[in-house]
Amino acid sequence: MSDLTTPPLLEIRDLHVRFAVRNGQVHAVRGLDLTVHRGEVAAVVGESGSGKSASMLATLGLLDINASASGSVRFDGTELLGAPPPVLRSIRGGRIGMIFQDPMTSLNPVLDIRRQIAEAVITHRQVSPRQAESKAVELLEMVSFPDAVRRARSYPHELSGGMRQRVMIAMALANDPDILIADEPTTALDVTVQAQILDLLRSLRQSRELAIVLITHDLGVVAGLADTVNVMYAGRIAESGPVVDIFHRPQHPYTIGLLASLPRLDRPDRELTPIGGVPPRLYEEPEGCSFAPRCRYAVEACHEVEPPLERVEASMVACSVLPMRSRTAEGSL
Amino acid sequence: MPFLLLGIVTIAFCISRLIPADPLASIVGVRQMANPTIVAAARQKWGLNGSILEQYWVFLKNLVRGDLGISFRTRKPVTHDLLDRLPATLELAVGALVVGGVGGVALGAYAASKKDKMADHLSRGFSLLGSSLPVFWIGLVFLFVLYARLGWFPGPGRLPPRTKPPGHVTGFYTIDSLLDGNFTLFRQCLWRLVLPCFVLGWAYMGQLSRLVRAAMLDEINSDYVRTARAKGLAERLVMRRHVLRNAWLPTLTILGFSFAQLLTASVLTETIFQWNGIGSYAVQSANTLDFPGINGVSLFAGLAFLLANLATDVLYAVADPKIRLA
Repeated sequence: MSDLTTPPLLEIRDLHVRFAVRNGQVHAVRGLDLTVHRGEVAAVVGESGSGKSASMLATLGLLDINASASGSVRFDGTELLGAPPPVLRSIRGGRIGMIFQDPMTSLNPVLDIRRQIAEAVITHRQVSPRQAESKAVELLEMVSFPDAVRRARSYPHELSGGMRQRVMIAMALANDPDILIADEPTTALDVTVQAQILDLLRSLRQSRELAIVLITHDLGVVAGLADTVNVMYAGRIAESGPVVDIFHRPQHPYTIGLLASLPRLDRPDRELTPIGGVPPRLYEEPEGCSFAPRCRYAVEACHEVEPPLERVEASMVACSVLPMRSRTAEGSL
Repeated sequence: MPFLLLGIVTIAFCISRLIPADPLASIVGVRQMANPTIVAAARQKWGLNGSILEQYWVFLKNLVRGDLGISFRTRKPVTHDLLDRLPATLELAVGALVVGGVGGVALGAYAASKKDKMADHLSRGFSLLGSSLPVFWIGLVFLFVLYARLGWFPGPGRLPPRTKPPGHVTGFYTIDSLLDGNFTLFRQCLWRLVLPCFVLGWAYMGQLSRLVRAAMLDEINSDYVRTARAKGLAERLVMRRHVLRNAWLPTLTILGFSFAQLLTASVLTETIFQWNGIGSYAVQSANTLDFPGINGVSLFAGLAFLLANLATDVLYAVADPKIRLA
């Protein structure tokens, strides 16, 4: 668990991301707060379009040209939003590494992997190309890439998905970053390979005191790796807190819905309950709570006022109905 | 490949023979056409007697031995004529390829990196001009303005007037003048290449830069470009090392093809700039119904395209690791 007395490593406050589209704009991230401490694994969970990836890309200044971000992203005392490009570049790949969802397309198809990893080294350190190349092979060994010395000159198309994701991780960790942002690192992989990659992340995290921001829609991945969970819905945090509390005492109807739609090995007889409806499109600001149209607990007030994020026990919850109920009628869920 | 060449020469042979005009008129002169003895003798001498099939058979037999026949017009073997003129055309085509290739890639890459900004519009306009203005018009305007009016560039021709060509070693005036140690002449020859190469290369530059721009914009939103940025790479390096390198692949396919086009489409440029190359040879041969000359040029053009395609395939295999190892 993280040490809460030291200042956070990454602190995102009131982050907004807007995408300009043909008929106006999409307000994809609507005031996100997220805190990551040194050595902590913070999961960001939500369905597609909930703003998980957009907020992380905004953190590193990697948003597409039609997107704009506002708010505050502080990394170890430095404000990253609106920071000059050289500052951002030294942090990207230097102190913050990032890996992406699809290792099939995230590697350059015409460069061999040694070169692509060495490039990450050379960009941030004063080393000769030869040193960078041997460092690249070391990094491959670190991520348990089999036969790293001989296969370092492979091209991406010669590798399996899992191997490519290892290459991505090696690349992201080339300069010993403080944080690894992993955007759906296992989504495109087979289940067995998923487990291997998660094992790798777990062991790297322990051996290097690496903080990880784990973006995923897979609660199974979260349970295995994360310390804290941030559930995002329609561009905001619906609920955040320690992983144990989120899984065992979810307070927000959306979190409860997510968990109810998850199959469980220990309770095979349980019916899976999907959440009805679809998330809002965010072309226009939702009125009231953005989850209210799909929420079975919603009352009239939910459609009018957007609930603020408030502390409930160990978690922060943005719901004005359920936490109240659980406070009055203990453990009714 | 031999079958393709056979097809090319056959079609060229048929088309030239199907023209309803008699090349004898240009061989013996219109006035002599009334004299049956002379006409019959000339027909015999130039192998125009016998049926078309017989002529075709003789033509093929000679072709296999590398003999393209004697030109009706120059009275020299066509192979000799072509080899004599090849260096001039190659000089022009290589120059145009450099102008068009380097200029096109640079312009396309620049436009892509400045997408939808003023610089992008300007460079696209420049490309569009190059690929839409007819070569004969640009050539004449350039000669008129830059040579006749302003005197910034030399006039047409491979050599300054009343200058002796350098000693014949390769036939390339630029290389031969260097071999002679004559640097003044080398500079003059090079300087004279600038206008025709630009005129010929501009169209090509326009075509290529639009292709490079489109290919780069295709690649720019790829995941691996985002990865490169996430590594902390400077935007310039992202463009050059990642985007351009991948945008090369579709570009390469037209690069070789275009070189063949430059070799064979220099007809207008050579005519305007009085360039004694294969293009102007083609025009002269066609004007005088010089069958061996026409067939020779057709064969040359066919060969140029085939070799360019082969070179493209080889280059592609070098540039694309997926092909190299497949």
